[in-house]
Amino acid sequence: MQKRLIVQDKLLDIMIQRLAHQLIENHIDFSNSVILGLQPRGIYVAERLQQKLKDILGFSVRTGQLDITFHRDDFRRRNSPIMANATRIDFHIEGQRVILVDDVLYTGRSVRAALDAMIAYGRPASVELLVLIDRRYTRHLPIEAKYVGKYVNSLPTERVLVEWESEQTPENNIWLITKKEEN
Amino acid sequence: MQEISVRHLLGIKDLTPADIQLIFETADNFKEVLNRPIKKVPSLRDITIANVFFENSTRTRLSFELAEKRLSADVINFSASGSSVKKGETLLDTVNNILAMKVDMLVMRHASAGAPHFLSRHIQANIVNAGDGTHEHPTQALLDAFSIREKLGEVAGKKIAIIGDILHSRVALSNIFALNKLGAEVMVCGPATLLPRHIAELGVKVELDVRKALAWCDVANVLRIQLERQQMKYFPSLREYTLYYGIDKKLLDSLDKEIVIMHPGPINRGVELSSDAADSQHSIILNQVENGVAVRMAVLYLLASKVA
Repeated sequence: MQKRLIVQDKLLDIMIQRLAHQLIENHIDFSNSVILGLQPRGIYVAERLQQKLKDILGFSVRTGQLDITFHRDDFRRRNSPIMANATRIDFHIEGQRVILVDDVLYTGRSVRAALDAMIAYGRPASVELLVLIDRRYTRHLPIEAKYVGKYVNSLPTERVLVEWESEQTPENNIWLITKKEEN
Repeated sequence: MQEISVRHLLGIKDLTPADIQLIFETADNFKEVLNRPIKKVPSLRDITIANVFFENSTRTRLSFELAEKRLSADVINFSASGSSVKKGETLLDTVNNILAMKVDMLVMRHASAGAPHFLSRHIQANIVNAGDGTHEHPTQALLDAFSIREKLGEVAGKKIAIIGDILHSRVALSNIFALNKLGAEVMVCGPATLLPRHIAELGVKVELDVRKALAWCDVANVLRIQLERQQMKYFPSLREYTLYYGIDKKLLDSLDKEIVIMHPGPINRGVELSSDAADSQHSIILNQVENGVAVRMAVLYLLASKVA
Protein backbone atom coordinates (compact mmCIF):
# COMPACT_ATOMS: atom_id res chain seq x y z
CA MET A 1 0.00 0.00 0.00
CA GLN A 2 1.34 3.39 -1.03
CA LYS A 3 0.36 6.59 0.68
CA ARG A 4 0.83 10.01 -0.86
CA LEU A 5 0.10 13.23 1.00
CA ILE A 6 -2.10 15.46 -1.17
CA VAL A 7 -3.24 18.10 1.35
CA GLN A 8 -1.16 18.89 4.37
CA ASP A 9 -2.47 20.18 7.72
CA LYS A 10 -1.76 23.88 7.14
CA LEU A 11 -3.14 23.82 3.62
CA LEU A 12 -6.29 22.03 4.79
CA ASP A 13 -6.94 24.84 7.26
CA ILE A 14 -6.54 27.46 4.53
CA MET A 15 -8.81 25.39 2.31
CA ILE A 16 -11.59 25.32 4.90
CA GLN A 17 -11.13 29.05 5.44
CA ARG A 18 -11.54 29.66 1.71
CA LEU A 19 -14.63 27.44 1.53
CA ALA A 20 -16.12 29.31 4.50
CA HIS A 21 -15.57 32.64 2.75
CA GLN A 22 -17.11 31.30 -0.46
CA LEU A 23 -20.16 30.25 1.52
CA ILE A 24 -20.44 33.68 3.14
CA GLU A 25 -20.22 35.30 -0.29
CA ASN A 26 -23.35 33.40 -1.36
CA HIS A 27 -25.27 33.11 1.89
CA ILE A 28 -24.24 36.39 3.61
CA ASP A 29 -25.92 36.11 7.03
CA PHE A 30 -27.13 32.48 6.71
CA SER A 31 -30.57 33.58 7.93
CA ASN A 32 -32.19 31.12 5.56
CA SER A 33 -29.33 28.65 5.16
CA VAL A 34 -28.41 25.42 6.91
CA ILE A 35 -25.51 22.98 6.68
CA LEU A 36 -26.02 19.21 6.51
CA GLY A 37 -22.99 16.96 6.95
CA LEU A 38 -23.31 13.49 5.45
CA GLN A 39 -22.70 10.55 7.76
CA PRO A 40 -20.25 9.07 8.46
CA ARG A 41 -17.32 11.26 7.32
CA GLY A 42 -18.90 14.45 6.05
CA ILE A 43 -19.98 15.41 9.56
CA TYR A 44 -16.37 16.22 10.53
CA VAL A 45 -16.03 18.59 7.58
CA ALA A 46 -19.36 20.20 8.52
CA GLU A 47 -18.20 20.58 12.13
CA ARG A 48 -14.99 22.34 11.11
CA LEU A 49 -16.80 24.50 8.61
CA GLN A 50 -19.30 25.53 11.27
CA GLN A 51 -16.45 26.41 13.64
CA LYS A 52 -14.64 28.42 10.97
CA LEU A 53 -17.84 30.31 10.08
CA LYS A 54 -18.37 31.05 13.75
CA ASP A 55 -14.83 32.47 14.02
CA ILE A 56 -15.52 34.78 11.10
CA LEU A 57 -19.19 35.68 11.62
CA GLY A 58 -19.46 35.45 15.39
CA PHE A 59 -22.49 33.15 15.42
CA SER A 60 -23.19 29.47 14.78
CA VAL A 61 -24.75 28.45 11.49
CA ARG A 62 -27.41 25.76 11.98
CA THR A 63 -25.71 22.44 11.25
CA GLY A 64 -27.15 18.93 11.16
CA GLN A 65 -26.08 15.38 10.36
CA LEU A 66 -27.78 13.34 7.68
CA ASP A 67 -27.53 9.56 7.45
CA ILE A 68 -28.10 8.02 4.03
CA THR A 69 -27.77 4.28 4.80
CA PHE A 70 -31.39 3.36 4.16
CA HIS A 71 -31.43 5.32 0.90
CA ARG A 72 -28.32 3.77 -0.64
CA ASP A 73 -28.70 2.02 -3.99
CA ASP A 74 -26.29 -0.82 -3.13
CA PHE A 75 -28.22 -2.47 -0.29
CA ARG A 76 -28.21 -6.26 -0.88
CA ARG A 77 -25.57 -5.78 -3.56
CA ARG A 78 -22.78 -5.67 -1.01
CA ASN A 79 -21.47 -8.61 0.93
CA SER A 80 -22.51 -7.18 4.26
CA PRO A 81 -24.95 -4.41 5.05
CA ILE A 82 -23.71 -1.02 6.20
CA MET A 83 -24.45 0.02 9.76
CA ALA A 84 -26.70 3.03 9.94
CA ASN A 85 -25.63 6.22 11.75
CA ALA A 86 -27.64 8.83 13.55
CA THR A 87 -29.48 11.58 11.74
CA ARG A 88 -29.58 14.78 13.79
CA ILE A 89 -31.51 17.63 12.25
CA ASP A 90 -33.07 19.85 14.90
CA PHE A 91 -34.41 22.49 12.51
CA HIS A 92 -36.87 22.58 9.61
CA ILE A 93 -35.36 22.35 6.16
CA GLU A 94 -38.63 23.31 4.46
CA GLY A 95 -37.91 26.44 2.42
CA GLN A 96 -34.27 26.60 3.57
CA ARG A 97 -31.16 26.83 1.44
CA VAL A 98 -29.35 23.59 2.25
CA ILE A 99 -25.60 23.13 1.92
CA LEU A 100 -24.75 19.41 1.78
CA VAL A 101 -21.23 18.71 2.99
CA ASP A 102 -19.10 15.62 2.40
CA ASP A 103 -15.39 14.87 2.46
CA VAL A 104 -14.85 13.18 -0.91
CA LEU A 105 -16.98 13.28 -4.06
CA TYR A 106 -16.37 10.10 -6.07
CA THR A 107 -19.16 8.29 -7.95
CA GLY A 108 -21.86 10.72 -6.79
CA ARG A 109 -24.07 7.88 -5.53
CA SER A 110 -23.88 8.97 -1.90
CA VAL A 111 -24.99 12.45 -2.87
CA ARG A 112 -27.89 10.97 -4.86
CA ALA A 113 -28.91 9.02 -1.74
CA ALA A 114 -28.48 12.13 0.40
CA LEU A 115 -30.83 14.14 -1.82
CA ASP A 116 -33.39 11.38 -1.39
CA ALA A 117 -32.90 11.16 2.37
CA MET A 118 -33.10 14.92 2.77
CA ILE A 119 -36.41 15.24 0.93
CA ALA A 120 -37.98 13.10 3.69
CA TYR A 121 -37.56 16.12 5.99
CA GLY A 122 -39.18 18.68 3.74
CA ARG A 123 -38.74 20.66 0.55
CA PRO A 124 -35.68 22.90 0.66
CA ALA A 125 -35.57 26.13 -1.36
CA SER A 126 -32.28 25.05 -2.91
CA VAL A 127 -29.51 22.53 -2.39
CA GLU A 128 -25.78 23.06 -2.89
CA LEU A 129 -22.92 20.62 -2.50
CA LEU A 130 -19.59 21.29 -0.80
CA VAL A 131 -16.76 18.76 -0.78
CA LEU A 132 -13.14 18.85 0.30
CA ILE A 133 -11.92 16.60 -2.49
CA ASP A 134 -13.49 16.16 -5.91
CA ARG A 135 -12.15 13.07 -7.66
CA ARG A 136 -12.31 14.10 -11.30
CA TYR A 137 -13.66 11.89 -14.13
CA THR A 138 -15.02 9.22 -11.78
CA ARG A 139 -18.70 10.14 -11.63
CA HIS A 140 -21.45 7.57 -12.25
CA LEU A 141 -24.19 10.20 -12.02
CA PRO A 142 -24.64 13.77 -13.23
CA ILE A 143 -23.74 15.37 -9.90
CA GLU A 144 -21.26 18.21 -9.37
CA ALA A 145 -20.17 20.17 -6.33
CA LYS A 146 -20.57 23.94 -6.15
CA TYR A 147 -17.73 24.41 -3.65
CA VAL A 148 -14.60 22.28 -3.97
CA GLY A 149 -11.49 22.22 -1.78
CA LYS A 150 -9.28 20.51 -4.30
CA TYR A 151 -9.65 18.57 -7.53
CA VAL A 152 -7.74 15.30 -7.66
CA ASN A 153 -7.00 13.06 -10.62
CA SER A 154 -7.04 9.48 -9.38
CA LEU A 155 -7.34 5.90 -10.52
CA PRO A 156 -10.18 3.56 -9.49
CA THR A 157 -7.59 1.50 -7.60
CA GLU A 158 -6.81 4.51 -5.45
CA ARG A 159 -8.66 5.84 -2.43
CA VAL A 160 -8.74 9.29 -0.86
CA LEU A 161 -8.49 9.34 2.92
CA VAL A 162 -9.25 12.44 4.95
CA GLU A 163 -7.63 12.08 8.33
CA TRP A 164 -8.68 14.32 11.20
CA GLU A 165 -6.58 15.15 14.21
CA SER A 166 -7.23 12.62 16.97
CA GLU A 167 -5.40 10.50 19.51
CA GLN A 168 -4.00 8.30 16.77
CA THR A 169 -3.17 11.03 14.27
CA PRO A 170 -1.40 14.23 15.23
CA GLU A 171 -2.49 16.33 12.24
CA ASN A 172 -5.29 16.89 9.73
CA ASN A 173 -4.10 15.46 6.42
CA ILE A 174 -5.53 14.18 3.17
CA TRP A 175 -3.89 11.16 1.62
CA LEU A 176 -4.13 9.39 -1.73
CA ILE A 177 -3.77 5.68 -1.06
CA THR A 178 -3.00 3.08 -3.68
CA LYS A 179 -4.73 -0.16 -2.83
CA LYS A 180 -2.65 -3.26 -3.38
CA GLU A 181 -3.59 -5.08 -6.55
CA GLU A 182 -5.29 -8.31 -5.57
CA ASN A 183 -4.21 -11.28 -7.64
CA MET B 1 -20.44 -3.88 9.90
CA GLN B 2 -21.61 -6.93 11.76
CA GLU B 3 -24.23 -9.13 10.23
CA ILE B 4 -27.07 -10.96 11.89
CA SER B 5 -26.04 -14.59 12.35
CA VAL B 6 -29.29 -16.20 11.19
CA ARG B 7 -31.18 -16.49 7.89
CA HIS B 8 -34.58 -16.78 9.55
CA LEU B 9 -35.92 -15.34 12.77
CA LEU B 10 -37.55 -18.48 14.12
CA GLY B 11 -36.97 -17.80 17.79
CA ILE B 12 -34.88 -15.81 20.23
CA LYS B 13 -33.21 -19.09 21.21
CA ASP B 14 -31.15 -19.03 17.97
CA LEU B 15 -29.93 -15.42 18.37
CA THR B 16 -26.67 -14.33 19.96
CA PRO B 17 -26.55 -11.36 22.36
CA ALA B 18 -24.65 -9.50 19.60
CA ASP B 19 -27.55 -10.15 17.18
CA ILE B 20 -29.99 -8.64 19.66
CA GLN B 21 -27.77 -5.58 20.16
CA LEU B 22 -27.48 -5.17 16.40
CA ILE B 23 -31.27 -5.32 16.06
CA PHE B 24 -31.62 -2.68 18.80
CA GLU B 25 -29.09 -0.32 17.24
CA THR B 26 -30.75 -0.68 13.86
CA ALA B 27 -34.17 -0.15 15.46
CA ASP B 28 -32.90 3.10 17.05
CA ASN B 29 -32.29 4.42 13.56
CA PHE B 30 -35.67 3.27 12.31
CA LYS B 31 -37.35 4.88 15.28
CA GLU B 32 -35.86 8.16 14.11
CA VAL B 33 -37.15 7.46 10.59
CA LEU B 34 -40.65 6.98 12.03
CA ASN B 35 -40.54 10.46 13.52
CA ARG B 36 -39.77 12.16 10.22
CA PRO B 37 -42.45 13.97 8.24
CA ILE B 38 -42.03 11.31 5.54
CA LYS B 39 -41.79 8.03 7.42
CA LYS B 40 -40.54 5.86 4.63
CA VAL B 41 -37.21 4.63 3.31
CA PRO B 42 -36.60 2.81 0.03
CA SER B 43 -34.34 0.01 1.36
CA LEU B 44 -36.55 -3.00 0.55
CA ARG B 45 -38.13 -1.78 -2.67
CA ASP B 46 -37.05 -4.92 -4.56
CA ILE B 47 -38.37 -7.31 -1.89
CA THR B 48 -41.80 -8.95 -1.70
CA ILE B 49 -43.07 -10.10 1.68
CA ALA B 50 -46.04 -12.34 2.40
CA ASN B 51 -47.76 -12.08 5.77
CA VAL B 52 -49.17 -15.52 6.32
CA PHE B 53 -51.43 -15.69 9.36
CA PHE B 54 -53.01 -19.01 10.25
CA GLU B 55 -54.12 -17.56 13.58
CA ASN B 56 -55.87 -14.33 14.56
CA SER B 57 -53.84 -11.20 15.19
CA THR B 58 -54.38 -7.45 15.26
CA ARG B 59 -51.29 -5.75 16.61
CA THR B 60 -48.60 -8.04 15.26
CA ARG B 61 -50.08 -8.19 11.80
CA LEU B 62 -50.66 -4.44 11.51
CA SER B 63 -47.24 -3.75 12.96
CA PHE B 64 -45.50 -6.07 10.49
CA GLU B 65 -47.48 -4.69 7.59
CA LEU B 66 -46.65 -1.12 8.51
CA ALA B 67 -42.97 -2.00 9.03
CA GLU B 68 -42.87 -3.61 5.59
CA LYS B 69 -44.54 -0.62 3.96
CA ARG B 70 -42.24 1.86 5.72
CA LEU B 71 -39.34 -0.07 4.17
CA SER B 72 -40.99 0.13 0.72
CA ALA B 73 -41.41 -3.65 0.36
CA ASP B 74 -44.29 -5.09 -1.65
CA VAL B 75 -46.72 -6.79 0.70
CA ILE B 76 -49.32 -9.51 0.28
CA ASN B 77 -51.55 -10.69 3.09
CA PHE B 78 -52.99 -14.10 3.72
CA SER B 79 -55.21 -15.29 6.50
CA ALA B 80 -56.36 -18.84 7.03
CA SER B 81 -60.00 -17.92 7.45
CA GLY B 82 -61.57 -17.62 4.02
CA SER B 83 -58.70 -19.47 2.32
CA SER B 84 -58.15 -22.89 0.78
CA VAL B 85 -56.74 -24.14 4.06
CA LYS B 86 -60.35 -24.82 4.95
CA LYS B 87 -60.56 -27.02 1.85
CA GLY B 88 -57.84 -29.30 3.16
CA GLU B 89 -54.65 -27.90 1.66
CA THR B 90 -51.48 -28.75 3.59
CA LEU B 91 -49.26 -26.05 5.15
CA LEU B 92 -46.39 -26.76 2.78
CA ASP B 93 -48.65 -26.67 -0.29
CA THR B 94 -50.24 -23.40 0.81
CA VAL B 95 -46.87 -21.78 1.37
CA ASN B 96 -45.31 -23.15 -1.80
CA ASN B 97 -48.20 -21.71 -3.78
CA ILE B 98 -47.61 -18.33 -2.21
CA LEU B 99 -43.88 -18.54 -2.88
CA ALA B 100 -44.51 -19.48 -6.52
CA MET B 101 -45.62 -15.87 -6.90
CA LYS B 102 -41.98 -14.86 -6.32
CA VAL B 103 -42.12 -13.92 -2.67
CA ASP B 104 -38.78 -13.31 -0.92
CA MET B 105 -39.74 -13.29 2.74
CA LEU B 106 -42.46 -14.84 4.83
CA VAL B 107 -43.89 -13.48 8.07
CA MET B 108 -45.79 -16.30 9.61
CA ARG B 109 -48.09 -17.06 12.53
CA HIS B 110 -49.35 -20.56 13.17
CA ALA B 111 -51.16 -22.34 15.99
CA SER B 112 -48.69 -25.23 15.97
CA ALA B 113 -45.35 -24.87 17.73
CA GLY B 114 -42.49 -25.46 15.29
CA ALA B 115 -44.49 -24.73 12.11
CA PRO B 116 -42.01 -22.06 10.89
CA HIS B 117 -39.07 -24.32 11.78
CA PHE B 118 -40.61 -27.07 9.65
CA LEU B 119 -41.08 -24.69 6.73
CA SER B 120 -37.54 -23.34 7.01
CA ARG B 121 -36.28 -26.80 6.11
CA HIS B 122 -38.37 -26.97 2.96
CA ILE B 123 -38.45 -23.51 1.40
CA GLN B 124 -36.00 -20.86 0.17
CA ALA B 125 -37.69 -17.72 1.49
CA ASN B 126 -36.50 -16.09 4.70
CA ILE B 127 -38.98 -16.64 7.50
CA VAL B 128 -39.91 -14.40 10.41
CA ASN B 129 -41.86 -16.19 13.11
CA ALA B 130 -44.77 -14.00 14.24
CA GLY B 131 -45.84 -16.54 16.86
CA ASP B 132 -45.98 -20.33 16.71
CA GLY B 133 -48.45 -21.91 19.13
CA THR B 134 -47.28 -21.68 22.71
CA HIS B 135 -43.62 -21.76 21.66
CA GLU B 136 -42.00 -18.44 20.63
CA HIS B 137 -42.94 -14.93 19.55
CA PRO B 138 -39.50 -13.46 18.91
CA THR B 139 -40.37 -9.97 17.67
CA GLN B 140 -42.59 -9.39 20.71
CA ALA B 141 -39.71 -10.27 23.02
CA LEU B 142 -37.38 -7.99 21.05
CA LEU B 143 -39.75 -5.05 21.26
CA ASP B 144 -40.35 -5.72 24.96
CA ALA B 145 -36.62 -5.71 25.69
CA PHE B 146 -36.16 -2.68 23.42
CA SER B 147 -38.87 -0.83 25.38
CA ILE B 148 -37.21 -1.72 28.70
CA ARG B 149 -33.88 -0.47 27.33
CA GLU B 150 -35.56 2.74 26.21
CA LYS B 151 -37.31 3.30 29.55
CA LEU B 152 -34.55 2.23 31.95
CA GLY B 153 -31.41 2.87 29.90
CA GLU B 154 -30.35 -0.75 29.74
CA VAL B 155 -31.64 -4.27 30.21
CA ALA B 156 -28.62 -5.86 31.88
CA GLY B 157 -29.00 -6.14 35.63
CA LYS B 158 -32.68 -5.18 35.64
CA LYS B 159 -35.28 -7.34 37.35
CA ILE B 160 -38.22 -8.33 35.19
CA ALA B 161 -41.23 -10.27 36.45
CA ILE B 162 -43.45 -12.01 33.91
CA ILE B 163 -46.85 -12.41 35.50
CA GLY B 164 -49.84 -14.50 34.46
CA ASP B 165 -50.49 -17.41 32.15
CA ILE B 166 -46.91 -18.57 31.56
CA LEU B 167 -48.00 -22.05 30.48
CA HIS B 168 -49.80 -20.94 27.33
CA SER B 169 -47.64 -17.94 26.54
CA ARG B 170 -45.17 -17.80 23.67
CA VAL B 171 -44.42 -14.24 24.73
CA ALA B 172 -43.17 -15.52 28.09
CA LEU B 173 -40.77 -18.05 26.60
CA SER B 174 -39.30 -15.62 24.05
CA ASN B 175 -39.01 -12.97 26.76
CA ILE B 176 -37.16 -15.34 29.06
CA PHE B 177 -34.65 -16.20 26.31
CA ALA B 178 -34.15 -12.56 25.30
CA LEU B 179 -33.84 -11.15 28.81
CA ASN B 180 -31.44 -13.90 29.88
CA LYS B 181 -29.24 -13.25 26.86
CA LEU B 182 -29.20 -9.54 27.67
CA GLY B 183 -28.18 -10.15 31.28
CA ALA B 184 -31.43 -9.33 33.09
CA GLU B 185 -32.84 -11.25 36.03
CA VAL B 186 -36.16 -12.88 35.24
CA MET B 187 -38.95 -14.10 37.49
CA VAL B 188 -42.15 -15.83 36.47
CA CYS B 189 -45.23 -15.48 38.62
CA GLY B 190 -48.69 -17.01 38.39
CA PRO B 191 -50.93 -19.71 39.81
CA ALA B 192 -49.02 -23.00 40.09
CA THR B 193 -51.32 -24.56 37.50
CA LEU B 194 -50.29 -21.95 34.92
CA LEU B 195 -46.54 -22.31 35.44
CA PRO B 196 -44.87 -24.97 33.27
CA ARG B 197 -43.10 -27.72 35.16
CA HIS B 198 -39.29 -27.37 35.23
CA ILE B 199 -39.54 -23.69 34.16
CA ALA B 200 -36.84 -22.87 36.76
CA GLU B 201 -34.34 -24.79 34.62
CA LEU B 202 -34.42 -21.91 32.14
CA GLY B 203 -32.68 -19.84 34.80
CA VAL B 204 -35.70 -17.96 36.12
CA LYS B 205 -37.01 -17.40 39.61
CA VAL B 206 -40.47 -18.75 40.35
CA GLU B 207 -42.93 -16.92 42.60
CA LEU B 208 -46.55 -17.69 43.43
CA ASP B 209 -47.35 -14.46 45.29
CA VAL B 210 -47.89 -11.52 42.98
CA ARG B 211 -47.22 -8.97 45.75
CA LYS B 212 -43.77 -10.44 46.36
CA ALA B 213 -43.07 -10.49 42.63
CA LEU B 214 -44.03 -6.81 42.29
CA ALA B 215 -41.94 -5.87 45.32
CA TRP B 216 -38.93 -7.61 43.76
CA CYS B 217 -39.08 -6.37 40.20
CA ASP B 218 -38.23 -3.19 38.26
CA VAL B 219 -40.54 -4.14 35.42
CA ALA B 220 -43.72 -6.24 35.46
CA ASN B 221 -44.67 -7.76 32.12
CA VAL B 222 -48.30 -8.77 32.63
CA LEU B 223 -49.73 -11.48 30.38
CA ARG B 224 -53.26 -12.23 29.33
CA ILE B 225 -55.13 -15.31 30.49
CA GLN B 226 -55.37 -17.23 27.24
CA LEU B 227 -58.79 -18.80 27.70
CA GLU B 228 -58.90 -19.84 24.04
CA ARG B 229 -55.89 -22.11 24.53
CA GLN B 230 -57.02 -23.62 27.81
CA GLN B 231 -58.51 -27.08 27.33
CA MET B 232 -59.37 -27.47 31.01
CA LYS B 233 -59.93 -25.39 34.13
CA TYR B 234 -56.67 -24.10 35.59
CA PHE B 235 -58.31 -21.93 38.24
CA PRO B 236 -61.82 -21.79 39.71
CA SER B 237 -62.99 -18.54 38.10
CA LEU B 238 -61.74 -15.36 36.44
CA ARG B 239 -62.99 -13.42 39.45
CA GLU B 240 -60.82 -15.49 41.72
CA TYR B 241 -57.84 -15.06 39.39
CA THR B 242 -58.34 -11.29 39.48
CA LEU B 243 -58.61 -11.36 43.25
CA TYR B 244 -55.24 -13.10 43.63
CA TYR B 245 -53.29 -12.04 40.54
CA GLY B 246 -55.01 -8.94 39.17
CA ILE B 247 -52.86 -5.80 39.30
CA ASP B 248 -54.50 -2.46 40.05
CA LYS B 249 -53.38 1.07 40.94
CA LYS B 250 -53.90 0.45 44.66
CA LEU B 251 -51.53 -2.48 44.60
CA LEU B 252 -48.93 -0.47 42.64
CA ASP B 253 -49.26 2.49 45.02
CA SER B 254 -48.70 0.20 48.01
CA LEU B 255 -45.18 -0.61 46.75
CA ASP B 256 -42.32 1.51 48.10
CA LYS B 257 -40.97 2.10 44.57
CA GLU B 258 -42.15 2.82 41.05
CA ILE B 259 -42.22 -0.11 38.70
CA VAL B 260 -42.83 -0.20 34.97
CA ILE B 261 -45.92 -2.02 33.71
CA MET B 262 -45.86 -3.77 30.35
CA HIS B 263 -48.42 -5.87 28.54
CA PRO B 264 -48.11 -7.47 25.09
CA GLY B 265 -51.83 -6.96 24.41
CA PRO B 266 -54.64 -7.60 24.01
CA ILE B 267 -55.48 -6.57 27.58
CA ASN B 268 -58.42 -8.11 29.34
CA ARG B 269 -59.21 -5.01 31.37
CA GLY B 270 -60.33 -5.83 34.85
CA VAL B 271 -58.86 -9.35 34.74
CA GLU B 272 -55.04 -9.33 34.80
CA LEU B 273 -54.76 -5.54 34.77
CA SER B 274 -57.23 -2.93 35.96
CA SER B 275 -57.92 0.12 33.82
CA ASP B 276 -56.37 2.52 36.33
CA ALA B 277 -53.12 0.52 36.25
CA ALA B 278 -53.08 0.04 32.46
CA ASP B 279 -53.60 3.76 31.86
CA SER B 280 -51.32 5.01 34.66
CA GLN B 281 -47.96 6.68 34.19
CA HIS B 282 -46.33 3.38 35.17
CA SER B 283 -47.52 1.82 31.96
CA ILE B 284 -45.45 1.76 28.75
CA ILE B 285 -47.96 -0.42 26.90
CA LEU B 286 -48.47 2.02 24.03
CA ASN B 287 -44.72 2.67 23.77
CA GLN B 288 -44.34 -1.07 23.24
CA VAL B 289 -46.71 -0.87 20.29
CA GLU B 290 -44.85 2.14 18.86
CA ASN B 291 -41.48 0.42 19.25
CA GLY B 292 -42.89 -2.72 17.64
CA VAL B 293 -42.83 -1.11 14.21
CA ALA B 294 -39.22 0.08 14.53
CA VAL B 295 -38.01 -3.28 15.87
CA ARG B 296 -39.80 -5.21 13.12
CA MET B 297 -38.30 -2.85 10.51
CA ALA B 298 -34.87 -3.64 11.93
CA VAL B 299 -35.48 -7.41 11.81
CA LEU B 300 -36.78 -7.30 8.23
CA TYR B 301 -33.97 -4.99 7.12
CA LEU B 302 -31.24 -7.18 8.60
CA LEU B 303 -32.76 -10.41 7.23
CA ALA B 304 -33.40 -8.87 3.81
CA SER B 305 -29.66 -8.55 3.31
CA LYS B 306 -29.65 -12.38 3.39
CA VAL B 307 -32.27 -12.76 0.66
CA ALA B 308 -30.70 -14.74 -2.18
